[in-house]
Amino acid sequence: MMRTVLDYLDSTALRLPDKVSFRDENTSLTFKQLREQALSGGSALTDAGITREPVAVYMSKTPSEIAAFMAVLEAGCFYVPIDDEMPKMRIRLIFENLEPRAVICDESTRESVKELAGDAKVFIWDEISDSSVNEEKLASIRALMIDTDPAYIMYTSGSTGIPKGVAVCHRSLIDYIESFCGVMKFDEDTVFGSQTPFYFDASLKDIYPTIKLGCETVIVPHTLFMFPIKLVEFLNNYKINTLCWVVSALTMISAFGALDENPPKYLKIVGFGGEVFPIKQYRKWKKALPDVRYINLYGPTETTGVSMYYEVDRDFEDDEAIPLGKPFENVDIFLLDENDKEADEGEICMRGTCVTLGYYQDPERTSAAFVQNPLNSRYPELIYRTGDLARRNERGELVFISRKDFQIKHMGHRVELGEIEADVNSVKGVVASCAVYLKKKDRIELYYEGKPEEKELLTYMKEKLPRYMVPTKVHKLDRLPLTPNGKTDRKGLTALSEGY
Amino acid sequence: MDELIEILKDLHSDVDFETCTTLIDDKILDSFDIVSIVSEVNDRFDVTIPAKELVPENFNSAKALWDLISRLEED
Repeated sequence: MMRTVLDYLDSTALRLPDKVSFRDENTSLTFKQLREQALSGGSALTDAGITREPVAVYMSKTPSEIAAFMAVLEAGCFYVPIDDEMPKMRIRLIFENLEPRAVICDESTRESVKELAGDAKVFIWDEISDSSVNEEKLASIRALMIDTDPAYIMYTSGSTGIPKGVAVCHRSLIDYIESFCGVMKFDEDTVFGSQTPFYFDASLKDIYPTIKLGCETVIVPHTLFMFPIKLVEFLNNYKINTLCWVVSALTMISAFGALDENPPKYLKIVGFGGEVFPIKQYRKWKKALPDVRYINLYGPTETTGVSMYYEVDRDFEDDEAIPLGKPFENVDIFLLDENDKEADEGEICMRGTCVTLGYYQDPERTSAAFVQNPLNSRYPELIYRTGDLARRNERGELVFISRKDFQIKHMGHRVELGEIEADVNSVKGVVASCAVYLKKKDRIELYYEGKPEEKELLTYMKEKLPRYMVPTKVHKLDRLPLTPNGKTDRKGLTALSEGY
Repeated sequence: MDELIEILKDLHSDVDFETCTTLIDDKILDSFDIVSIVSEVNDRFDVTIPAKELVPENFNSAKALWDLISRLEED
C-alpha cells in the first residue's frame, strides 16, 4: 500500500534513471540524481536531529529546489516553500507562525535567510546535497511514516493580514495526483512548462505527475512572462507539450496576438485555472490550436489544489463562464444555501481525502473553515467550505458565480481585499481604507482617508505586500463614502474607479 | 513624452524614468507593469502595441518606449 509520495520517486528512479526530470536554462537533474540528492539531503537533516517537523525551503526556483523538497520528505519532515519574490514582511510572518528549527537555502538566498532564521539551523543545499547517505536511518524513518503525516505547508492570504499555512498530508496528495494524472492523460512523453512559483499550489500539477510518471518539467524563466513572442519561442525550443497555467499567463500570450505570429507548435494539453478564462481569449487559443485539449481546473489550496475539472467540449457565449465541471474521483462536492441545506445554487463545499489537515498552528481559523458537515448529524465528518458561490447548470455541471466575501482572484492568486486594507490601516495616520477590484480592467485600486500621501502609501505597500496584491492606483479622499447602514460604500467606490 | 512619463511614474514614483535605461535588465519593471503600460498606452495614445514589439529592448527606457509609440503612430 502506498503511504508516501516518495514511493513515486523510488519507482521512477528505478525505471527511468537517466531521463531528465526537472530542468531550467542552466541545469538539469535526472531521476536518479534527483533521488540521490534527496537521500543525501534527507540524511543531513536526520543526522542533525530534524524529524517530524516543518522545514522551510527558501531557495530560488531551480531543479535543486525540488530535490530539497524530496530531501525534507525523506527525513520524515514536511516542506514549506519560501521564495525571494515574497515580501520580507510576509516571510517574517510565515516564520513567526511556523517556528522552524531548520531552513534550507541556496547561495542566492543565504543572506536573506541569515536575517530571518533566528535559532533555526541553516542548511546550504550545495553542502548537503552530496553528503553521505544514512540508508538505515532513512529506512527506519520511512517505516514509521503514515499517509496522514503532512507532506507540505503552503501559505495563503488571510483577511487579517496574517497568512494561513495550509498543511497537507501524503494521502491527500496521492489521491489528488492519481485522479489528476488519469483525467489529464499525462504519460512519459509529457513535457511541462512550469509557470507558477513553487510556493503556490498550482506548481503541484507539474511536480508530482513528473515524479509519478517520469515526465519532464522545464522551468520557464520568470522574465519571459512579459514578452509573449519570446515566451512562445522558449516553449518551442524545449518542445513543451503541456501547460498547467493560471489564466492570466495564457491570456498574456493570446491578448497580444502572439498566437498568430508563431504558435506553440508542440502543445497537446492546456490545463488552466486560478481564475475565469474570458471566452474571447479562450476562442483565440482554440482557433490557433484546435487539436489541443483544454481543461478547466478548479480547487482551493485547502482541498489540495485541484478538486474539479471540465474538459472544454463545446463553444460558449461571450458572457458565459466555462463550467468548473465535475469532481475528481473520491471527492464529493455539494452546494449549500444560506440555511445550510443542499441546493442547486450556493456555496461550494467539499468532503473526502482532498480536505487538508487545516491551518498550521491556527486552531481558530481552522475551525471556522473546516467544519462538521451540516448534512450529517450522525458522526463526525469535516468538510471544507470554499466561500465560492456556484450554480448547477442544466447539464449538471457546476458553474462559478462569485465569492461570498471580499476575496478575489487576481493574476491567478487568491487575494483578500481585507488583507490589503488591514495592512494599510496599520500605517500611522491612516483613518480608514477600502480596496476595490475592477473586474473589467483586472486591477485593484485603493481608497483611503488619512494623513499619508498617495505615493508614500504606495511605496509602503510595495515593501510589505506580495506584488499581486499591490493596488495599481491609490486615491486619497477626505472621507470614505458610506452606505445607508454605515458601512464603507464598496460598490460606490468600485463604480467611481470604473468611471475614471 | 510627458504623458508617458506620467504613466510610468504612476507605477513607480521612485524611479527616474528620464535617465534610466535598464528598466528591464535591472528588473525595475515586471510583468504586472508591462501589462499595465501596454493597456494605458493603448488607451491614451490610440495605438496598439503588437506582440512582435513586446521585446525587452522597447521597454528598457522611457525613450525607447516613446520611440516605439511614435513609430506606431506614424504607421
